[in-house]
Amino acid sequence: MEYFVQQLINGVTLGSIYGLIAIGYTMVYGIIGMINFAHGDIFMIGAFIALIFMLMIGITGATSLLFLLFALLVVLALAMLLTAAWGWTVERLAYRPLRGSFRLAPLISAIGMSTFLFNLIQNIQGARVKPVPPIITGGYTIMEGNGFSVIVSNMQIVIVITTITLMAIFSYIIAATPLGRAQRACEQDRTMAALTGVNVDRTISLTFVIGAALAAVAGMLYLLYYGVIDFYIGFLAGIKAFTAAVLGGIGSLPGAMLGGLIIGLIEVFWSGYFSTEYKDVAAFSILAIVLIFMPSGLLGRPEIEKV
Amino acid sequence: MADDAPEMPDATPDATHGAQTAQSTVPQHTSPQHTSRSTLAVAATYLKPAAVTALVALLLCIPLIALKTDAGGTGLILTQRWDWVATLVGLAFIGRLFIEIFMATQRIRARILLTLGAFIVICITLTILRWPEIQKFVASGGGDGRSLMPIITHIAMAIVAMILLRGLIQATGARAGILAPSPPSAPTITSASEQPKPDTAETQSTGEWLRTIAMWSLGPALAVFALTLPFNPYSDRYIMDLAILVLTYVMLGWGLNIVVGLAGLLDLGYVAFYAVGAYSYALLAQYFGFGFWICLPLAGILAAFWGVILGFPVLRLRGDYLAIVTLAFGEIVRVVLLNWYQFTGGPDGLSNIPRPSFFGLEFSRWPKEGQETFHSFFGLDYSSLHRIIFLYYIILALAFVTNYVTIRLRRLPIGRAWEAMREDEIACKSLGINTVTTKLSAFAIGAMFGGFAGSFFATKQGFISPESFVFLESAIILAIVVLGGMGSQIGIAIAAILLIGGLEYLRDVGFLSVLFGEGFDPKQWRMVIFGALMVAVMVWRPRGLIGNRTPAVVLKEHKSISADLVQEGHG
Repeated sequence: MEYFVQQLINGVTLGSIYGLIAIGYTMVYGIIGMINFAHGDIFMIGAFIALIFMLMIGITGATSLLFLLFALLVVLALAMLLTAAWGWTVERLAYRPLRGSFRLAPLISAIGMSTFLFNLIQNIQGARVKPVPPIITGGYTIMEGNGFSVIVSNMQIVIVITTITLMAIFSYIIAATPLGRAQRACEQDRTMAALTGVNVDRTISLTFVIGAALAAVAGMLYLLYYGVIDFYIGFLAGIKAFTAAVLGGIGSLPGAMLGGLIIGLIEVFWSGYFSTEYKDVAAFSILAIVLIFMPSGLLGRPEIEKV
Repeated sequence: MADDAPEMPDATPDATHGAQTAQSTVPQHTSPQHTSRSTLAVAATYLKPAAVTALVALLLCIPLIALKTDAGGTGLILTQRWDWVATLVGLAFIGRLFIEIFMATQRIRARILLTLGAFIVICITLTILRWPEIQKFVASGGGDGRSLMPIITHIAMAIVAMILLRGLIQATGARAGILAPSPPSAPTITSASEQPKPDTAETQSTGEWLRTIAMWSLGPALAVFALTLPFNPYSDRYIMDLAILVLTYVMLGWGLNIVVGLAGLLDLGYVAFYAVGAYSYALLAQYFGFGFWICLPLAGILAAFWGVILGFPVLRLRGDYLAIVTLAFGEIVRVVLLNWYQFTGGPDGLSNIPRPSFFGLEFSRWPKEGQETFHSFFGLDYSSLHRIIFLYYIILALAFVTNYVTIRLRRLPIGRAWEAMREDEIACKSLGINTVTTKLSAFAIGAMFGGFAGSFFATKQGFISPESFVFLESAIILAIVVLGGMGSQIGIAIAAILLIGGLEYLRDVGFLSVLFGEGFDPKQWRMVIFGALMVAVMVWRPRGLIGNRTPAVVLKEHKSISADLVQEGHG
């Protein structure tokens, strides 16, 4: 039981990170109907930018709490801003010229972009793993028994709270701001949206920017949680987050979050109870099964095929 | 950035000129307005986007390129690299300025002059920036074999390659069918390659004839070249190894082309079938002691079987979803190979995979007990090159078989059904084509050729491990198919030569590291360039370098794909 609760907590934490990345996939797919294959690499870039700013400011676990909080927020803001710039550039260079081209062109372009980005980071930042000392330490023991204590670390609390806050903010943006309205309009019918005065290109760009900013948050949380990153984290995290987006119903924001949680839980339980080696196989199999038997996901709308 | 200053007066006349030509297409009454604009204002219209680009480049570079994380004494430390940032920002500025002016320029000759001018500007800028290194480089006589001569050769080769490529694109055109000659079918349905040109104003000029000749002779010329390559005086061990590598990718490209190019099913996990083929051979040889020639068909059959196994669940999926599931399938195969230690050897892989024999004759220096070797049977001196040449002919034969089968299949009902399905699946269904068998057959046949290639790969290497079957391989094969123009056989062959040859070529371009600093190792940057190239080709020519998506049959009249369907925006 204690082991189960511990795995549950770990799963929710991991799921939050996947959910944040999944939002980027789901928004982009919802609005232009393409899989942004490079999104996982944007997440990785976000993690690297956060790492670099953390080293620049010189954050270590030893500093005072107030300074730590302030510094982490500054790093988070900078990482979001600069990663958003990367997201915007990727859209501008690789996807915008292909709008209206045949269906697979943007996907192939995205694969090229993904290859470009992770090899670029491998070259300019080095192929070695980048370790950072734990910054947010400590935790609470919430259960004890059978010689096994269930611990919720402060880091896990930070991750879950950050995720919930950001989800609330972005749900509000989608639901109640002009940008959100424009986005939903573009999602339904791009031509009609353009006719009613929505700047479609700008809206799509902003979608990428928001997705990249959230990926940067996920990247920074990943860095703080695991304490180690390398240039290859984007690939696997990207596929799993995409699985999460599909599972939750692509195009749906709460769906992405729900899918992220489920994928995180499955991965953690699989490694906890079965085998660590095949945890990726489990995630991929779920992706295949969901797409085949439930293509519209848990909370998504079924896709209507027009002839 | 200071080096951009001498470029401005250079650019201004071009800019005004460009603006004039651009304006000449719009109605006349705007021209008085235009002439009143000052040169400065015109220059500003080009300089502004360039400055914005440079600013964005600076923003992107600031954390990731300016500061490198290195392992220090206690933890990570940051190394600063502002010279890189300056170079990149400068390049972004010049690049955007160039594109802006290039797009505004209408005449071909002006565009060529502009390109040359930009090339010279970049050369001069780099020379000024890297002057100390270049001085050292020249003073040392070029150092270990890198003299100035190769630089000139490299540049000349690049220019020749570009001209050839340009010619090739022009020669083949967007709608030319450069497949093998096809027999005429029913009277109303003629093959695309034999379809007479529509009655437009253009007449058959000499250029048109040259194009036709180039089109028809390209394939046979390449085939003859491939057949005689081992007897070419330049062919040493290195060239032969490279040729084998290129041919393996040609074959993989042709195999994937059946799935992606003909049937229109985007398969991102093709490398899984390559792996299945390779592991089938290696395991059959290890557990049952089978030889290469027995295993080759078995590996193909097994891969085809896996193709069907993958095909069944994904029958309902299309487009992007299909791509992701096939990608997941490829990863599953790799992860299983990596973790099933008892059976596949896990990350250690399988070694001592037997070599193929020539009708029972081994390619070894000393014969086994009671057997003869290749060189003693034919009375030749032993040479390790014999085996390489033999391998070369095996893969060449396999590639030819793939090509021949594909061309024949395109003439069969199943091939027609593939192409129909690629164009419109719903229409296909309503016409009574069984899309289930059509899809499964495409997966199976494509996978079979992947299996053959995998089996060959295993016997050539003598050692295989899951390392060889990562997603990147799938991406490279897909890039070959896309670059070659999906569906075009010869396009794929040329794309494989360009891409694999190019990637290989980047290994030893030593002078680039002089220009970009010692930290620049072309070997490591190969995949970066590869990724950028993939994006560039998609943006520039979404239908591939040698676009050939024309259906094999057309009804009565040939409708070419109009430009507005293919691309959007500039040129």
